[in-house]
Amino acid sequence: MAEPRELNPSELMHEYLRPKKKFPHLWCSGCGIGTTMGAIIRAIAECEVDRDRVVMVSGIGCSSRMPVYVDFNTLHTTHGRPLAFATGIKVARPELEVIVVTGDGDVAAIGGNHLIHACRRNINLTVICINNSIYGMTGGQASPTTPQGKIATTARYGDFERAFDLCSLTAGAGASFVARGAVYYARQLEKLAAQAIRKKGFAFVEVVSQCPTYFGRFNKFKSPVEMLYWQRDNTVNVKAAPKMAAEELEGKLLRGVLADHEYPEFTELYDKLIADLAKEGEK
Amino acid sequence: MVLMQGNEAIARAALDAGVRFFAGYPITPSTEIAEMMSVELPKVGGKFLQMEDEIASLAAVIGASLTGVKAMTATSGPGFSLMQENLGYAYMTEVPCLIVNVMRGGPSTGLPTHPSQGDVMQARWGTHGDHPAIALVPSSVLDCYRLTVRALNLAERFRTPVILLPDEVVAHMREDVTLPEKIDVCDRELPTVPYEWYYPYDDSTTDVGPLAPVGTGFRFHVTGLTHDRAGFATTVPAEIDRAVRNLKRKMDRFRREIIQVEHWNLSDAEVVVAAYGICARSAEAAVREARDRGYLVGYINLKTVWPFCFRLIQRVAETARAIVVPEMNLGQLVREFDRAVCGKTQVVPINRVDGEAITPRQIVDVVTELARPGEES
Ligand SMILES: Cc1ncc(C[n+]2csc(CCOP(=O)(O)OP(=O)(O)O)c2C)c(N)n1
Ligand code: SF4
Ligand SMILES: [Mg+2]
Repeated sequence: MAEPRELNPSELMHEYLRPKKKFPHLWCSGCGIGTTMGAIIRAIAECEVDRDRVVMVSGIGCSSRMPVYVDFNTLHTTHGRPLAFATGIKVARPELEVIVVTGDGDVAAIGGNHLIHACRRNINLTVICINNSIYGMTGGQASPTTPQGKIATTARYGDFERAFDLCSLTAGAGASFVARGAVYYARQLEKLAAQAIRKKGFAFVEVVSQCPTYFGRFNKFKSPVEMLYWQRDNTVNVKAAPKMAAEELEGKLLRGVLADHEYPEFTELYDKLIADLAKEGEK
Repeated sequence: MVLMQGNEAIARAALDAGVRFFAGYPITPSTEIAEMMSVELPKVGGKFLQMEDEIASLAAVIGASLTGVKAMTATSGPGFSLMQENLGYAYMTEVPCLIVNVMRGGPSTGLPTHPSQGDVMQARWGTHGDHPAIALVPSSVLDCYRLTVRALNLAERFRTPVILLPDEVVAHMREDVTLPEKIDVCDRELPTVPYEWYYPYDDSTTDVGPLAPVGTGFRFHVTGLTHDRAGFATTVPAEIDRAVRNLKRKMDRFRREIIQVEHWNLSDAEVVVAAYGICARSAEAAVREARDRGYLVGYINLKTVWPFCFRLIQRVAETARAIVVPEMNLGQLVREFDRAVCGKTQVVPINRVDGEAITPRQIVDVVTELARPGEES
């Protein structure tokens, strides 16, 4: 087998996808999940993690179908719970590289409690949340990140509720690393994913993504491309932001690394406890 | 001999049988298990996690078990309710684990510090869909130890979650016990084939297929969706049918190996008292007293409530005039007795739901009423 770094982009993709049975995939054309999958694969290759050590864990949703297609150890769990499953895997076997792929509904609605506690617990996990502001899999219902006033099948008159800012939420809950990327900026997304994988501690990456089939159709986007342009026009690189005027930044989402701290990591603390107790036992 | 509490015996047994991962959420009357595991696990290189709720607890346990580590959780009624979805996931994905549910009074918050046997049917049918179930019920502190080891062995042997169902009395009482010096421990079978040959849901043999630990090169897929033998979701009717039936088949095929029932004095018994958990202790005292007084009474202690011991009860129904079933609920396992005897004999429930245990006196009164000495020729 050739070293992944020597492969051209298409070869690299094929190297990491499951060849048999699982294609064609179930995502709609124009969906942002496939682009995100490409970015994650490139990030894993860039970090040179042995694929036998990679465990991709997901919940339920369109985004959470990603593990089906990639040639790693893969775990498609229950709705909202991938972080709890991942916690068990990582604590039992800290040497594994555990990557959670989840959706906005999965991680912030039904799994919201697990999310904040995972941030606080600081286990060395990488979470990639594909935020399409809607429940794609179940046909376009409102999610905790559906912007106020936007249309969903359960918010036909416009959503009353305010949306979560997932990056502020996770940063506030104490995540070691928080970043936001967007499907339109796939290269940057790949870099952010790689940084998150390398980060020792709980790392959360929000991916601003598009669901043309539901969110797009309900909210007057004419095409997937128009949704990608929205991402281009409504996100700002965090590095450029300090030089911009307040009016320019109004209503814009910041892209890039938004929080990066060094906190003691759970599995390291635990391993140290085990070693200390063993030493005490010898005495 | 040592003085030991039921919950303590469960934790001790788990450690002795090789449990190296525990995730849980505090709840009376099971908390002592978590507390003891939190102290003892790191001493033997194991891991303890207090999760944010019981949903997360069982999820973490399943995740840990998939990496090849023996894993368990402990809870009580409200927590057991929260675990049902991931319990179904463990059945569907065939991941070994132990769930201890110390039964307290329900429904809802019910009676946190009082015993009950109200979760027997929940242990069988609590999660949605057709699924198998193994549930063991200890009736003494020594049982707590032995059945915990056995539950873990069955889980590993048959790649399934196993439920241990002590009631609050058994979990909290202290008894003098002599723990076995040596225990038989079963570890799951590991694949011996090359990576590409491995099917995590292989059903080509009559036995249970091996489970590869995640991260050892097999790179297989695990999903709660109905899956084919490679582990990938399927919508092919024949594959769906096979997947659902395979789960049941596994349990049917190994029934005899799974079911463990203690019984005595059945051969001449006119009346048989069949009980489980703390009720079996009262039943034992009652049967002894009735025998002493000349009544022909037999005793059954169902250490395994699921799968149910249909064959034995069918045999008893051929000879006994009545089967008395004391339960600290409004009649749950008694339905299985009714199904087994098919009207061939009388099934007499004794029920109690006031947070107190059924006494030997209650059982003696019913038994002596049903089996009048000397009346039969
Ligand atoms: C316990 C439970 N409740 C509800 C569902 C139905 N359900 C499946 S996916 C989903 C929403 C997924 O939304 P999101 O996480 O945003 O994923 P997307 O499809 O948008 O990628 C829901 C509600 C379920 N599978 N399980
Ligand atoms: S429904 Fe939406 S999120 Fe799901 S695959 Fe289609 S476009 Fe993507
Ligand atoms: Mg979504």
